[in-house]
Amino acid sequence: MTAPTPRPAAYSSPLPTPRPHLGHAVASEWTKMISVRSTVLTLGALVLLVVGIGLLAVAQTSAENFSGTPFTAPALFGLLVGQLGVMVLGVLTMTSEHGTGLIRTTFTAAPDRHRVLTAKYLVVGGVGFTAVAGSVTLVALAGAIVHHRPGAGRHDIPGELLDGLAGSLYVTLLGVLALAVGALVRHSAGGIAVMIGVVTVPPFTGAMLSMWEATQPAGSTLIRYNAPVALMQLFGLPNTDTGAIPPAWVHFALLLLVTGAAVAGSYLVVGRRDV
Amino acid sequence: MIEAVGLTKRFGAKTAVDQLSFQVRPGHVTGFLGPNGSGKSTTMRMILGLDRPTSGHVTINGRPFRELPNAQRHVGALLDAKAVHGGRRARTHLLALAQLSGIPEKRVDEVLGVVGLQDVARQRTKAFSLGMGQRLGIAAALLGDPQVLLFDEPVNGLDPEGILWVRNLMRQLAAEGRTVFVSSHLMSEMALTADHLIVIGRGRLLADMGVQEFIAHNSAGFARVRVADSDRLGAQALGEALVKAGGQVLKEPDGALRVTGLTLPHVSDLAHEAGVRLWELSPHRASLEEAYMRLTQSAVEYTSTEDPRAELFEPEPLTVPAWEDEGAHQVSGPTAAAFYAPPPPGAAGAQPFLMPSRPGDLAGTATDPEDPR
Repeated sequence: MTAPTPRPAAYSSPLPTPRPHLGHAVASEWTKMISVRSTVLTLGALVLLVVGIGLLAVAQTSAENFSGTPFTAPALFGLLVGQLGVMVLGVLTMTSEHGTGLIRTTFTAAPDRHRVLTAKYLVVGGVGFTAVAGSVTLVALAGAIVHHRPGAGRHDIPGELLDGLAGSLYVTLLGVLALAVGALVRHSAGGIAVMIGVVTVPPFTGAMLSMWEATQPAGSTLIRYNAPVALMQLFGLPNTDTGAIPPAWVHFALLLLVTGAAVAGSYLVVGRRDV
Repeated sequence: MIEAVGLTKRFGAKTAVDQLSFQVRPGHVTGFLGPNGSGKSTTMRMILGLDRPTSGHVTINGRPFRELPNAQRHVGALLDAKAVHGGRRARTHLLALAQLSGIPEKRVDEVLGVVGLQDVARQRTKAFSLGMGQRLGIAAALLGDPQVLLFDEPVNGLDPEGILWVRNLMRQLAAEGRTVFVSSHLMSEMALTADHLIVIGRGRLLADMGVQEFIAHNSAGFARVRVADSDRLGAQALGEALVKAGGQVLKEPDGALRVTGLTLPHVSDLAHEAGVRLWELSPHRASLEEAYMRLTQSAVEYTSTEDPRAELFEPEPLTVPAWEDEGAHQVSGPTAAAFYAPPPPGAAGAQPFLMPSRPGDLAGTATDPEDPR
């Protein structure tokens, strides 16, 4: 060391030094989500699809159509497409950071990566559930206001709304699964492809496998246990051509199992991986 | 204070960083130099806990980065100016980072002012030029007002005014008592900015010393002596006198003499005694840039087949003048090192610069002004 300059005392900053907690990370993730067009557009498209198609369905149906069918049913049509929006939101929340390299800035600012990841799960879960449940409830209320007449038969409206919330929770779980997949594959297109595959492939595969006697049991299982069928059932439009229908909680348990495994995997991988 | 001990990172069969040990002290700008692909960025990423070292460890203020209680308030880093989401506005980008550690929002506007981006704060960053991106990255690094700052190639893409600004900023940050660690592949830039240099090549430490020391070690000086053209015999006589006085002499293609080992007044006296008229007697210092290139030559990873550096080197074939007898131009090791820029590391012969054989060596050499060369 040749520099003869006197070494100044170590620098100390006047800024407050709170210990960062999960709330800070949630605020940050919320700012990130609402400050980028792609995520805002995705959310907007989701709400528009569910509410738009739902209201259209309400307008085109009569009270008689709702005898034995809950008022949340019209929301299902939009949601079968709209669930893609929730999944895209989940995937993008993680992969847009990997795609741009922002993840390195983020993890440099917050090396406790699990705090950031947890905040992402909370924000995607919270925002996804609010958007889906809000849209579904809006459509269900519209249906109830327009069609709750003698022709529609007896309806337990609070119970139907609760069922709608359960369906929204199912879709939100798909979004959480998408975020975990995004964290695992780190690539937007790849993550979205995986999620679309997870949701759409099982019904087709099940149908194809049912062609032969040997694979028929596997085929019928796939046809009964998959995301679209689960959604239809949760929204009170059970698909009865597939034989015995599993109860709703089985669908939930199945998705929780898959999502739980993926989330656990994401924590493990994100904590250790070089970024 | 950043302290690396035996830091090693392997990617498959390729060793990106090999047994790297060094210390970066507060109050100084420490330059981190090396050719492209020499492991600078990997080292920086390991310091920041983004990559885990294959072996060895690195601490900041005595703790591994990922165990710092409030990392952003201790360490700020600019790794990649393009590491922002292009669709986000500059201010929101910084705000999201600030919120992550509970840094007050007014600090965001402060740092935007410091880097001069206040007028474009509400623009989306994809419209930013590389220079504006660098400024945004520096703003992000300054957000937490940290004691330790790391910058990876901060002057890339900046205009001359911006380069000057970065240089002054680094020096000012260091003067405030912060630890400033700046990587670059531009020796010329570091010579102006840094107080201390850490030079690596192919992931290995090549030098760890003060800038002045580095210049003294790695750039050779010589005197150019030009005897009047009309005085052919005079050149001969002077050459013999110089050699007799203990100098080493080489002849340049145009007839001038390169003299080492003698001071300018001494050369002048000898010429006067020999009755020789001189047209030129000038001191020369091999450029630091050249010294750095020699130092890292064998460590350069990606070279063009048509070597553009060729023209930067001195024309090689200097002739040994007639009065030097056969053995005389077998100049001894240290003299040769002083005459030419030093041989690249790994070349046979003397060790012209600090090269620790063990990581532990460094702690000693870095603090010892009389380094044991």
